[in-house]
Amino acid sequence: MSSVAATEETAAHGHHPHSEDRLALLKAVPFWSTDHKVIGIQFLLTTMFMMMVGGSLALGVRWQLAFPWENMPILGYLFSGAAGGGQISPEFYTMLFTMHATVMIFLVIIPVLAGAFGNFLIPLMIGADDMAFPLLNALSYWVMWPAIFCFGASFVFNEGLWNNGLAGSIAAGPASGWTSYPALSAISSAAPGSGTAQFWWLMGVTMVGVSSMMGSVNYMTTIINMRAPGMTMMRLPVFTWMTLIVSFLIILAFPAITIALVELMFDRTYGTNFYDFLEGGKPHLWQHLFWIFGHPEVYILILPAMGIVSEIIPVFSRKPLFGYGLIVFSGAIIGFMGFAVWSHHMFTTGMGIVATSAFSILTMLIAIPTGIKIFNWIGTMWGGRIRFETPMLFALGFITMFMVGGFTGIMHSSVPIDAQHQDSYFVVAHFHYVLIGGALFGLFAGFYFWLPKLTGKMLNEKLGKFVFTLMFIGFNVTFFPMHYLGMIGQPRRTHSYNEGHGFETWNQIATIGAFILGVGILIGVYQFVTAFFNKKLKDAGKNPWDARTLEWTLSSPVKEYNFARTPIIKSRDQAWENNYGPKENHSDKVPLDDHGVHMPDRSWYPLVSGLGFLGLVLGLLFHQSVDANTGEILRDYTYAIAGGSIAIFGIIMWSLEGPAGYHLFPKETEE
Amino acid sequence: MKWFWCLFFAFWPIVAIALCWVSPSLGWWFPSEAASPLGRRIDDLFYMILLITSVTFVGTQVALAYALFRGASDTEPEADAKKAWYSHGSHELEVIWSIVPAFVLLFIALYQLDVWAEYRVKDAFPRDKMEAVFESINQKRSETDSLALAEVTARQFEWRIRYPGFNEDGSLKPLMADPQPTDLYAVNDLHLPASAPVMINLRTMDVQHSFFLPDLRIKQDAVPGLVIPIWFEAERQQSYQLLCAELCGWGHYKMNARFVAESDEGFIEYLRQLEREQNEDRVDEVPETDAE
Repeated sequence: MSSVAATEETAAHGHHPHSEDRLALLKAVPFWSTDHKVIGIQFLLTTMFMMMVGGSLALGVRWQLAFPWENMPILGYLFSGAAGGGQISPEFYTMLFTMHATVMIFLVIIPVLAGAFGNFLIPLMIGADDMAFPLLNALSYWVMWPAIFCFGASFVFNEGLWNNGLAGSIAAGPASGWTSYPALSAISSAAPGSGTAQFWWLMGVTMVGVSSMMGSVNYMTTIINMRAPGMTMMRLPVFTWMTLIVSFLIILAFPAITIALVELMFDRTYGTNFYDFLEGGKPHLWQHLFWIFGHPEVYILILPAMGIVSEIIPVFSRKPLFGYGLIVFSGAIIGFMGFAVWSHHMFTTGMGIVATSAFSILTMLIAIPTGIKIFNWIGTMWGGRIRFETPMLFALGFITMFMVGGFTGIMHSSVPIDAQHQDSYFVVAHFHYVLIGGALFGLFAGFYFWLPKLTGKMLNEKLGKFVFTLMFIGFNVTFFPMHYLGMIGQPRRTHSYNEGHGFETWNQIATIGAFILGVGILIGVYQFVTAFFNKKLKDAGKNPWDARTLEWTLSSPVKEYNFARTPIIKSRDQAWENNYGPKENHSDKVPLDDHGVHMPDRSWYPLVSGLGFLGLVLGLLFHQSVDANTGEILRDYTYAIAGGSIAIFGIIMWSLEGPAGYHLFPKETEE
Repeated sequence: MKWFWCLFFAFWPIVAIALCWVSPSLGWWFPSEAASPLGRRIDDLFYMILLITSVTFVGTQVALAYALFRGASDTEPEADAKKAWYSHGSHELEVIWSIVPAFVLLFIALYQLDVWAEYRVKDAFPRDKMEAVFESINQKRSETDSLALAEVTARQFEWRIRYPGFNEDGSLKPLMADPQPTDLYAVNDLHLPASAPVMINLRTMDVQHSFFLPDLRIKQDAVPGLVIPIWFEAERQQSYQLLCAELCGWGHYKMNARFVAESDEGFIEYLRQLEREQNEDRVDEVPETDAE
């Protein structure tokens, strides 16, 4: 079967050599493809969609805080059954912020940085034809969907199957915050969403972990084993380095939370007592396990963004990166130290004084490698020739905003000050400066920078700068006042606040900012999505930014096979050296043998397995129903077993497929 | 246009300086002056770190803006733009900007521990001052009795407060770990003597809560299964906000209470009143507001 497909593919390829069609890549390799670029695009579009979802939840939160107890526009009518005639009830509000954090962290920033950018860029940056495990790569995408479905289900089903109708139960999502501390999350009567909804939340996070770990194994193998000849570790682009470090973090951190999640599921389902203090369990155990994952998680979110910024600043300063070695090693040090600071999230829980002091000192010290990066970026710009294109603006915004987030981080690492700030809006301001000002701005910088490579068309610069201005202003107007709100004692995660403390004005200003930020992001996403269709956009050509790394030696959009001839790398900034460097630094090409370019077969089985997992999840979701006559609870596991069987069937068929693949023989000029 | 962007990024250090100057006088950083000596030390620590970080932020941002201005002006006019300064890095500079922040951060890290140690190390608890309070309110106690004057138990969504009751001879009993028949109870209304360090025991009945006195800069989580001693010292005799600072369920937002710091006599008077309310049926007492 695969050989037939291979012949067709090769034949078909010969007939449209120079397609101008930007969707060519998507058309040539359909959505069950194993091509790393297509999987990257799939991740990109999925996470864009989820970002809209998470953003709407955040706007709901902001609306409530600006105008407590007033009817919510639009959403209020949609959920009017649940949210008390358009008002946001406290129960609904706790769900809003819980799901906002969950969606943004687990379904947007992790998958977009590792999944979309990592997938699309790593093979191009290191001169490989594809990922080391293309099928595993596809599966890591398809497992995202059961995860998304779990989170979606947790919105709707809190009490088993359609107990009080869709509209009646829609307000009950998991409501114990994204940190889900037991006993709030362990006892099903503790919070409105701590019934089945919390269970779906646990399943969803587990699935995201599965997806991320599959992706990480793939990135690690690819980066270590699939580099082109001459691409030594110290010639790797910084983004690739950061993704490598992040892959190690994911592999080491996710097992910790998976253990915690499974223990909590056991507590809830089988009556074990890991966290139940009445039976001798320890609620602190969850917090330790959660933050052993949770703090490296922060670096999982920020390191790839730092990698992106490290790629962009040299390009628009027309200079090589200042102190490449130190930037790489400071990233690695952040990765290592990231595992030794988790307890600074628990300063107020009454840990011992020695533990608290040790974690406090270590937390202070983790600011050193972060500071080094910022100084080195400024060193890169120093004496450069600066061009203010949109990617550069976002990168500069990243530096400015991330510094603010970093400095408030230093404040929190001091224990007595943290005791004032903990769980107040000051902390909310801090981590949004890190995650929006840092990760999201880095993300947008990356979009504006690499989308021309993805689509072959330049994005509209003017619109891009407009988006930057909106986002920068909207972001600061939203989150800077939160520093004050926190200092004057507004606790986070509260549905409304007492009057007379001066909270109202700042909250209303923050809400205005949030809507400006929302509009900015919306225009940005519109720009990214229409880049695939808009006919008016200019052609990008191979290297529109005069950029430095290997992917810019390829045509835009990149051909299915990436490199017609595997390059032989001679220096760090290979594309730059090819254009401006001395002759001996120009890259060579490995001649094409009769083997050609080996392409991975497209395969249905990752999709089949992914659907099987989805079936398993659905089956578990619907396994319970109530007999209308007797009120007896009926359990039916048929569908869950069927789904699981499909997943296992997919995996068996997949392993029987063997390492087939097909071969392409592109001309040397076609890359 | 490029000058606009240079100015755009040069603008932020100016805003930062302006805000840091203006905000303390407008009361933007803290709800009020800290109402306790420990709180003031925490505030001083905060302002010290704020100063160090602000100077660093402004310095770095000025360097960034300078690099941008120079980088943009070197392309003027377009035709004979200067070449960029070619550099792969400088070990000397990198060593400097690794070592200097390391020293500054290490200094802050060690300096701040003092305040924390004073607050949380059991041996450093101001025992003498607390005992002076016990004497003043006439509490009969042995050496081993708890230093706490009240036990605060958090539950969804209220603060339950348990005080020790009175002996036959009118002296106050010490607070026992377990509830006693003579204990006095109140909800969402914590009264304690002012002007001296006092201690409470914090616990929770259900999920995790957090005991937060913003004006006193005190925050301590109430963790299921643990009894956590906290001491604090309110200097002024007044009411303070008492909030829950850890998500504890849908009613987290309304878990407010007040902490009344009063004179020693006022505290005893309050306990006497509680005792009366608990032990008498009070049907004879007609509520004053009963107008109809």
